[in-house]
Amino acid sequence: MAGRLISANHAAALAATLAGRANRTARGFCSGVYPITPSTECMELLCNQEFEKGEVVRVESEHSAMAVCIGAAASGARTFTTSSSNGLALMAENVVSAALLRLPVVMVAANRALGPPWNLWADHGDTLLLRDSGWVQFYCADNQEVLDTVLCAYRLAEDHRVLLPVLVCQEGFVLSHTTTRTEVPSQEEVDRFLPPLELPARLRDTPRALGGVDVPGVAEAHRAQHHEAMARVFEVYREVQDAFERELGRRPADPVVPYRAEDADLLVVSMGTIAVTAQRAVDEARARGERLGAVRVRTFRPSPAEQLAAIFRGKRRIAVIDRDLSLGFGGVLWGEVRGLAEPGAVVQGYVIGVGGGDVRPEHVAAVAADLAARTAAGRPVLMETGA
Amino acid sequence: MSEPSTVAGPSAETRPTPLLRPGNSNCGGCGMSSALQLFGRAVEHRRLQLVVPASCAAVTAGPFPTTSFGVPTVLTTFGAAAAVATGLSRVARLNGDGTRVVCWAGDGGTYDIGMASLSAAAERDEDVLYVCYDNEIYGNTGGQRSSATPAGASTTNTPAGKPEEKKDLLAIMAAHRVRYAASFSIAHPQDAIRKVRRALDATGFRFLHALSPCPTGWKSEPALGIELVRLAVRSGLYPVVEIVEGRKLVVNVEPDFSREALELYLSLQQRFQRSGITAERLAPAIARRWRELRAASGRILPAEREA
Repeated sequence: MAGRLISANHAAALAATLAGRANRTARGFCSGVYPITPSTECMELLCNQEFEKGEVVRVESEHSAMAVCIGAAASGARTFTTSSSNGLALMAENVVSAALLRLPVVMVAANRALGPPWNLWADHGDTLLLRDSGWVQFYCADNQEVLDTVLCAYRLAEDHRVLLPVLVCQEGFVLSHTTTRTEVPSQEEVDRFLPPLELPARLRDTPRALGGVDVPGVAEAHRAQHHEAMARVFEVYREVQDAFERELGRRPADPVVPYRAEDADLLVVSMGTIAVTAQRAVDEARARGERLGAVRVRTFRPSPAEQLAAIFRGKRRIAVIDRDLSLGFGGVLWGEVRGLAEPGAVVQGYVIGVGGGDVRPEHVAAVAADLAARTAAGRPVLMETGA
Repeated sequence: MSEPSTVAGPSAETRPTPLLRPGNSNCGGCGMSSALQLFGRAVEHRRLQLVVPASCAAVTAGPFPTTSFGVPTVLTTFGAAAAVATGLSRVARLNGDGTRVVCWAGDGGTYDIGMASLSAAAERDEDVLYVCYDNEIYGNTGGQRSSATPAGASTTNTPAGKPEEKKDLLAIMAAHRVRYAASFSIAHPQDAIRKVRRALDATGFRFLHALSPCPTGWKSEPALGIELVRLAVRSGLYPVVEIVEGRKLVVNVEPDFSREALELYLSLQQRFQRSGITAERLAPAIARRWRELRAASGRILPAEREA
């Protein structure tokens, strides 16, 4: 283990490299990559790595990048790709297909707003567009978490009780281009943590069609199996956390991370780096004597509904901050969690930081002040940071 | 075995299972069925993985968990066959599997929506054999025009006949300087099987093109498919050629440029009736195409020289 000053893009690329090399005794590693701001540096670093048994294919589109991963994963290799924004949108049909084929692909997204009109900056709308694609989704809070989550993603995705692709999200520029001290494990440590991939139904020589026509009844059965695999994610993830802690000496974060929430009168729920900002706002509010608490949703799919409902028990006022806007509805996270609070609780949605608006502790404090003054939830509040 | 034998050589018995199994749901007289059977005869002992994008051939596979293909197959999204094949092929090579990865795609998935991934895989010289069975129509969606549809052909979205000429895909692939690019005819099985074997045994990117009659879309007699292709070859409408490394072009079946064959080809398909396209109107384009082919073959100098 060595501490290095790296960006989240490089943390993701190093994790993918270590995971790819760890599969050298099995079917190896194969990745399809295509550049797009702000995820580009991740694929660049990957393209500079040496693999004893691995390939990085420089394809002509994100659509093909995921297609390469599909072919390679069907053949039993460990796979990886990275993208952002419109790249994810172009890739979308293959993203769905990778999930429905139950291939354990791992992808890192540097979150960025969709366009045109072009916008290069952080927004969760791109990966939330893939909410229903059948992938597990993690949202990270810092560079260390990006590296650790990518490693965990492989062990989780490849577990035979799960066999699902995993999307690891980190906000563009806020994390992707920000350099922080990050512990990078050695190959030996990763080899101990990540067993070689054994895909139970990989394509060999037996004639069978992967992705043949699913008639209605069969499609229902396959969706049910997929949904049940999602339901097993939290149980398997706990084992992944244990194994990670055992081999690498630190425990990856839980699917839901409460912060001073137990005795809080007001709760602020959010994802990604905004949740870290919220924690600082909580400390400042506590210093003023206000009982503010925060909740970070790290695992968005599968939905951590039970964990959130437990935290929401007895809470009367909950603010949900979204760095995305489902136009004509409101924040996506707000829509997901507002039904989990107790009846009569005020669950108010706030949309802030879309298209890269810089969210600072004072914005979270303004959210808390607005929430404290409410007796009933209203329409989602769209706040501008003026950044 | 129930498959008719059209050519001497390895019989169906030498293969563990036929490439196209009996009981598949292809239309009667489907040219893709004929092309697959020819292809299967050439495969023999070789280990194969098939990649099939959205197309009639995707339906050929049949409903889960059955398959009408005698080899492992991945069904992919419409435009992604060459890229999925890239992943399979790279991993097969990393592991020394000795598996030949073959894309089996229609003209929609090749000429149109799959063009970018096809071009990129050719440019990267992936170790993939890409076969386009070209029925000149979006058959699986009920018969719409593609850029492979010839001028004058009626389709459901060009009812008066397509005004534009067919895209010259083989020339596009040759321009990529791929290792081997060839067109084969289901009416000329010896030539076809030789080409399939050559393509299967070469490394790097290879491309095969097969004109594939679609009785449903062409509004032609199902039993006449092979004869229609023979007429297309005779008249010069469908050149049967091979191109090595994008340079050396060889004409494998010499047409007699019979006007009668061309007239017969048009009259046996109702898709050409409404536009009233005639052999006379097609003749100049055929002559122009063949001047280019002669020039590329270098065997017979073109009659006209540029000033």
